[in-house]
Amino acid sequence: MAEKILLTGNEAIGEGAIQAGCQFYAGYPITPQNEITAYMAKRMLELNRVFIQAESELAAINMVFGASAAGVRALTSSSSPGISLKQEGISYIAGCQLPAVIVNVMRGGPGLGNIAPAQSDYFQATRSGGHGDYYSIVLAPSSVQEAFEFMKLAFDLADKYRNPVIILADGMLGQMMEPLEVTSYKLQVISKKQKLITHNSSLITKEWTLTGCKGRKPNIIRSLYLAEGVLEKLNLRLQKKYKAIQQKEQRHESLNLSDAKVILVAYGTMARIAKSAVKRLRDKGKKIGLIRPITLWPFPNNIFRRLAMSNKRLTFLVIEMSYGQMLEDVRLSLNGRAKVEFFGRAGGGIPTEEEIIKKLEVISDKL
Amino acid sequence: MQKIFSHPKSLRNISTHYCPGCGHGIVHRLIAEVVDELGIREKVIAVCPVGCAVIAYDYWDFDCSEAAHGRALAVATAIKRVRPENIVFTYQGDGDLAAIGTNETIHAANRGENLTTIFINNAVYGMTGGQMAPTTLLKQKTATTPKGRDAKYHGYPLKISEMLAILPAVKYIERVSLHSPQEVIKTKKAIKQAFQNQIDNLGFSLVEVLSPCPTYWGLTPKDSLDWIKEVMVKEFPLGRLK
Repeated sequence: MAEKILLTGNEAIGEGAIQAGCQFYAGYPITPQNEITAYMAKRMLELNRVFIQAESELAAINMVFGASAAGVRALTSSSSPGISLKQEGISYIAGCQLPAVIVNVMRGGPGLGNIAPAQSDYFQATRSGGHGDYYSIVLAPSSVQEAFEFMKLAFDLADKYRNPVIILADGMLGQMMEPLEVTSYKLQVISKKQKLITHNSSLITKEWTLTGCKGRKPNIIRSLYLAEGVLEKLNLRLQKKYKAIQQKEQRHESLNLSDAKVILVAYGTMARIAKSAVKRLRDKGKKIGLIRPITLWPFPNNIFRRLAMSNKRLTFLVIEMSYGQMLEDVRLSLNGRAKVEFFGRAGGGIPTEEEIIKKLEVISDKL
Repeated sequence: MQKIFSHPKSLRNISTHYCPGCGHGIVHRLIAEVVDELGIREKVIAVCPVGCAVIAYDYWDFDCSEAAHGRALAVATAIKRVRPENIVFTYQGDGDLAAIGTNETIHAANRGENLTTIFINNAVYGMTGGQMAPTTLLKQKTATTPKGRDAKYHGYPLKISEMLAILPAVKYIERVSLHSPQEVIKTKKAIKQAFQNQIDNLGFSLVEVLSPCPTYWGLTPKDSLDWIKEVMVKEFPLGRLK
């Protein structure tokens, strides 16, 4: 039987990273993600891996750049204002095609905002965020279980595509405690021998890393290409990679789509509340369903396109802890072929089940 | 006949993009010679700056990484922590190390990271067109101080090496110059010491090199060397600071 333990979302993120073979963590204090940094400080030390409390978010992301260039799985975490500071570094990581995982436990904004949960950084996460034509893969866990499991997925995707991967969580998921069922991994201190095997195997497969040029030509990690036409070639290579990711990596969860007339669309914590609303209305016989995007980039537009082509006269209600950011991706995916409504709150306000149901009553008489 | 001098293995035999009279080429070569002499070419990882030396990786023949402007010591910190068996150094200009990257510089030094930093001080931003650097001298004219640096508005030349020397975790700081062959020899000696310290696991070492920039000083290469000797060393005295 699988072991069950009680952890906060933040701690689950930390443990998930550790079990996924994360060898390097650098972070800077910011609420509501401080538990990740504290957890990593303790666990990384236990495992003889590298933990650094950086002097700033800038230093932290650039340390992740260095650790990744040196060949290990590297992680940083922060919350909205700190993630803004990391954007330059993420752009360099994308430009140099380095794998890295960045966790954003979102809080209210703009500016210093507040420390309440929010989903206001969707645009920043899914539209480059930093300068230049690039994309980060964005995963949105909606439970403590997923917060744990998505860390391995994030590192695997980062390594597979040599690309930054963002875990987009929010303050509620970070702070809430849920039982975590550990099925994939064993929650124990990995022995030193095992650690070394993980360490070495990750180095062997990455022939591009900086290890010293013994027995090979020197490796160079760079994103600067001044000669005419060379940068354009890199950009085209990146675009090809992004297209492959869009084709292969779209992920979503759906609920009651077959007979649904109205489909709620929500991710992360918001999807938990939306799911409760769906269940409540289904109990009353209402034909309502749910799509929960798991990858925010690539956005799971295939499922929306498929539904739009079905000529069912569907209505989509997008619910966010923001004033309509994912809404744009839903509209782009449907391309005018279905009715799209929106309800959102931010700045510490979280749409409730009752508010969602009330909004549904206003927009749809089909229910 | 015994061969006593040759092109360093760690330096590619190609011409550089540097202006006539620039100091970067000399320091690149000194580093390459030191790396060869210490037998560490296959262990060295360089972190190159943003600035004129941004493509130093085209000239050195060992593993190199770029870093965002000012972040070289954050990048280097991580590389060294992950791979303590490698020899990691940063090569940074005055804007990179003492303006945009001051925070990373101070904290890497204060943590006592076992790293080597070669700091090129030419009192000006070269790559971007000769603007005021933190180390620009008073009265020195630059693109952004057309009437000369004025302490009232621009503050004083920043003595980052002196500032770092007070930190307990810093093991070695020396300021050297390129203004004569004798000084170049001293520069090489200091660079070698800074690498040896890392090999011996002693902690943070930094060599500040006063280096000519004839283009943005508006001087000939020879007059630039004289300007270092007569003017710059008065503001930035040579010798071991720690």
